[in-house]
Amino acid sequence: MPLENEGEDWRMLDAQYISPRSVAEAVEALKGGGKDAMVLAGGTDLLVQARTGLRDPRLYVDLKRIPDLMALDISSKGLHLGASVPAAQIFENEDMKALYPGLTEAVDLIGSTQIQGRATVGGNLCNGSPAADTVPSLLVLEAICVIAGSEGERRVPASEFTTGPGETVLRPGEFLVRIEIPAPSKGAADAYLRFIPRTEMDIAVVGAAVSLTLDSSGCCEAASVALGAVAPTAILVEGAASALIGSTLDEAALERAGSAAYEAAQPIDDKRGTAEYRRRVASVLTQRSARMAAERARGRN
Amino acid sequence: MSEKKLKYVGTRPIRHDGVDKVLGKANFGADLNLPGMLHGKILRSPHAHAKIISINTAKAEALDGVLAVITGDDFPPPPSGKGSVEGPQDFGDMARNVMAREKALYTGHAIAAVAATTTRIAEIALKAIEVEYEVLEPVMTLERALAPDAPILHEEMRAKGEEPLPEGPTNVATRTVMGFGDVDEGFSSADVVVEREFTTETVHQGYIEPHAVVARSISDGRAEVYCCTQGQFMVRKYCSKVLDMDPTQIKVTASEIGGGFGGKTVVYAEPVSIVLARKSGRPVKIVMSREEVFIATGPTSGSHIRVKIGVKNDGTITAADATLNYEAGAFKGSPVMAGMMTIFSPYRMDHVRIEGFDVVVNKPKVAAYRAPGAPMAAFATEGVMDELASQLGMDPVDLRLVNAVKEGDTAAYGPKFKVHGFIDTLQAVKNHPHYKAPLGPNQGRGIACGFWFNAGMQSSANVILNEDGNATVVTGNPDIGGSRTSMALMAAEELGIPVDKIRPVVADTESVGYSDLTGGSRVTFATGMAVVEAAKDVVRQLRERAAQTWDVSVDDVEWRDGHAVAMNGHADDHEPLSVAALAGSAAKTGGPISGRASLNARGPGPGFATHICDVEVDKETGRVSVLRYTAVQDVGRAIHPSYVEGQMQGGAVQGIGWALNEAYMYDEKGKLQNPSFLDYRMPVASDMPMIDTVIVEVPNPTHPYGVRGVGETPIVPPLPAVAHAVNQATGVRFRSLPISPPRVLAALDD
Ligand SMILES: Cc1cc2nc3c(=O)[nH]c(=O)nc-3n(C[C@H](O)[C@H](O)[C@H](O)COP(=O)(O)OP(=O)(O)OC[C@H]3O[C@@H](n4cnc5c(N)ncnc54)[C@H](O)[C@@H]3O)c2cc1C
Repeated sequence: MPLENEGEDWRMLDAQYISPRSVAEAVEALKGGGKDAMVLAGGTDLLVQARTGLRDPRLYVDLKRIPDLMALDISSKGLHLGASVPAAQIFENEDMKALYPGLTEAVDLIGSTQIQGRATVGGNLCNGSPAADTVPSLLVLEAICVIAGSEGERRVPASEFTTGPGETVLRPGEFLVRIEIPAPSKGAADAYLRFIPRTEMDIAVVGAAVSLTLDSSGCCEAASVALGAVAPTAILVEGAASALIGSTLDEAALERAGSAAYEAAQPIDDKRGTAEYRRRVASVLTQRSARMAAERARGRN
Repeated sequence: MSEKKLKYVGTRPIRHDGVDKVLGKANFGADLNLPGMLHGKILRSPHAHAKIISINTAKAEALDGVLAVITGDDFPPPPSGKGSVEGPQDFGDMARNVMAREKALYTGHAIAAVAATTTRIAEIALKAIEVEYEVLEPVMTLERALAPDAPILHEEMRAKGEEPLPEGPTNVATRTVMGFGDVDEGFSSADVVVEREFTTETVHQGYIEPHAVVARSISDGRAEVYCCTQGQFMVRKYCSKVLDMDPTQIKVTASEIGGGFGGKTVVYAEPVSIVLARKSGRPVKIVMSREEVFIATGPTSGSHIRVKIGVKNDGTITAADATLNYEAGAFKGSPVMAGMMTIFSPYRMDHVRIEGFDVVVNKPKVAAYRAPGAPMAAFATEGVMDELASQLGMDPVDLRLVNAVKEGDTAAYGPKFKVHGFIDTLQAVKNHPHYKAPLGPNQGRGIACGFWFNAGMQSSANVILNEDGNATVVTGNPDIGGSRTSMALMAAEELGIPVDKIRPVVADTESVGYSDLTGGSRVTFATGMAVVEAAKDVVRQLRERAAQTWDVSVDDVEWRDGHAVAMNGHADDHEPLSVAALAGSAAKTGGPISGRASLNARGPGPGFATHICDVEVDKETGRVSVLRYTAVQDVGRAIHPSYVEGQMQGGAVQGIGWALNEAYMYDEKGKLQNPSFLDYRMPVASDMPMIDTVIVEVPNPTHPYGVRGVGETPIVPPLPAVAHAVNQATGVRFRSLPISPPRVLAALDD
């Protein structure tokens, strides 16, 4: 790569940019760029971070020209969502809305119209923010992350993908190709709610995703609950899920789920809210989200 | 006041600068690039309070592509003594704020600057500058600043006005007391007395366009500056003071401006770029980042205010007493005086006492922000009034009506009020459907009033008649709120030609007479007066030219609807002459025609507003949503009603943001935690309902069209109006801003 040849003063030069046309080309490019290379999807996190000096990539490898990463396929097996598909394309897709309403809402929440033309679910996940809006939904939908690198492809569950604030399982030179989500079973639906003090252009103080499956009698057969922004990564809350399973999603069950969310949340005090406040809101949003998911699931039985 | 029917004033033409702005063609501060231009960057203190022991720039200077590195040593000594203070500005402090000397007084304080061939090299050079600090304890709150063992920001500071004057240094720059009557006597005759304390946090104006400047040094020591500012003459004067130059050695051109709200009424990077340009011999551009805007440009004061008001059972105020503490930031000069002068001014009272303290803390020096000092003061007074109304079982508007100042009443700060429409705004609120509309569960409604003085001051205008009959209206005031089109409308009315035949321009400091900056809601009033005078000057000349053409006396020529009309028996002999005809023949009748006026405008006329706010509170999350909002204001006369409504809406929205979510959040070391729009939570468009406006027009007799200032008054009522609405929805009185969700939830628990 040209970077290696610029001599000692290359840091003084402006950063470089390439846009590979295939996964293989991207793998090559990243290898050449070494530790100073970073992949670029929408850039709505990365460019902001570069501007404020938080990151300083010397080579940007753009992932928006790779057909595999720009594909959104829905089949009987489920969803294959390319890592670089822009948010706008996702939430304007009627099948997405019908099959994964919660995830689609989460995508719709990201940024503003301008941001949504660029921002991606891949970027949202790989950025590693504990507050990323799509991640709780990916957890409750049991998404699988398909990763490419010089050693070939590997698959990692979304629940294991993020390892800490800004940290993921990605090794140097690896990148996310797509996210796979199974087709929803009969009587299943999801929902996502986040709390922000404003109505948009804000970062979740708490996010809560719920996925439920109801049987024909309205009894909850399966459930999954995930919270964002209340721990170093988004977390699955088993206790909340088990409070819902076997219930008819009556108020008592919802309250138990809320309490479990309150207990599971381990937020910090920061500029976006106090710890106690976040735990309270985690409980409230878990209940509201479960109510929404249940309503949708009832409509599907 | 003439009752003549107006043809152009009061209409809503598209603004002259509108199309360029919509198409992205307007040039803002950062848009100018000059051949050979360098990029400047400023090294900022990482400490809120520290002595600067040494600065070593050698490594930065040695870098390829770095053409100049400067520190405080490259500036003349900060001005002191005669001529170093003018109104609220102390140029010695300003010089130290522009570039730190002995001490860094806030995180973000400028310590050094570089100019390099690229921004990246400039950034690398900043990192190569070595600064040794002796870190001191930061003073981040009023409480800490006033504590007896508080660290001192300025060793030479003594509390001016404190009796007796303390011997040692303090963080109180000034104590001021005003009032009349005997408050003890007043309170003793009251039936109900309410005394409360209120706090507000540091908030920023939040203009979209960061500060940007390009400076060029010319061989004879002169400098040319292009920047976004609220006053090109202000930049000229302040740079001349900070750099010890004659004002006329500096030419300043104002770019289009993406908001100011008072924040662009002082200089920051402008003198720095001049020094860098001088040292490097190249033009230098400095563009602040959003973070720099937050950490290093003037927000407005955090405040602590105590208000006590006594009333009779019928609501009549018997006495009022207030103590105001305002943070000035790192240097003296908070708007506490304006807070004091506005705090009780909407209401008539015989006994009043107001005490104010200007207090320094380790935060950026405050700058003007829309009605500086008044919103916090209104938050306190109106809060007490609202509580009094409920204790008396009175409608809150009625309580105001009982006490509202009228023409001839003495304001709590001294002068007598001239005619104004405060009571009209209260009546308009009572009669507005919004005031009576039903509310749902968890909803509440609040009203509050606000007062602002408005300013007059110095303005100049040239009206140039061109050979095609079109006119150019030249003023020296950057257009931050649609003022260009308002200037054109008044000129159109005088000349009698359509507004699209008039081109209003904002000129540089060498192309128009001195004009004070755009601020104090003064431009449509004061500069408008100059434009009207200059246009009348043109009309006088047009009548003379017609008289000459017709060989009649000028007294026999009248100006009517854009035409010179022969009078007094000459009407039948001469067809009226249009502006275009007279302009076309000007060469033959004596040469080009232009008018000019320069004036110091008096009598801006007080601004009063009353706002109604409805909110809904989510009691599980503490979130407050504004459902409906109506702003009613006496504007004198709306020259361009859309821009008047825009000001009323904009002021209301900024006030709502201040009330609900905006606040500077510092850590214990004095580092700002939220220097971005992501975490400094200004409202976004979708947070707001359409802000309904009601324009009340009680003409200001001192202005030819009745204008009074409009832009600042509307930010005064929202802080209390929101708080009162939340009170009605929740039963809780919020006396500390912001009324953010965690605070609401915590208060609901108690
Ligand atoms: C104004 C604004 C509002 C925002 N609002 C929200 C919001 O409401 N909710 C929210 O969750 N976020 C929000 N964000 C953050 C951001 O928009 C989202 O996280 C977005 O999904 C990031 O996607 P992107 O494609 O732009 O990522 P990029 O910025 O391109 O990348 C982000 C990170 O992920 C890495 N990366 C990207 N793609 C891959 C890949 N395929 N494989 C490996 N690594 C990859 C990049 O190297 C980088 O480190 C907002 C941002 C802005 C500027």
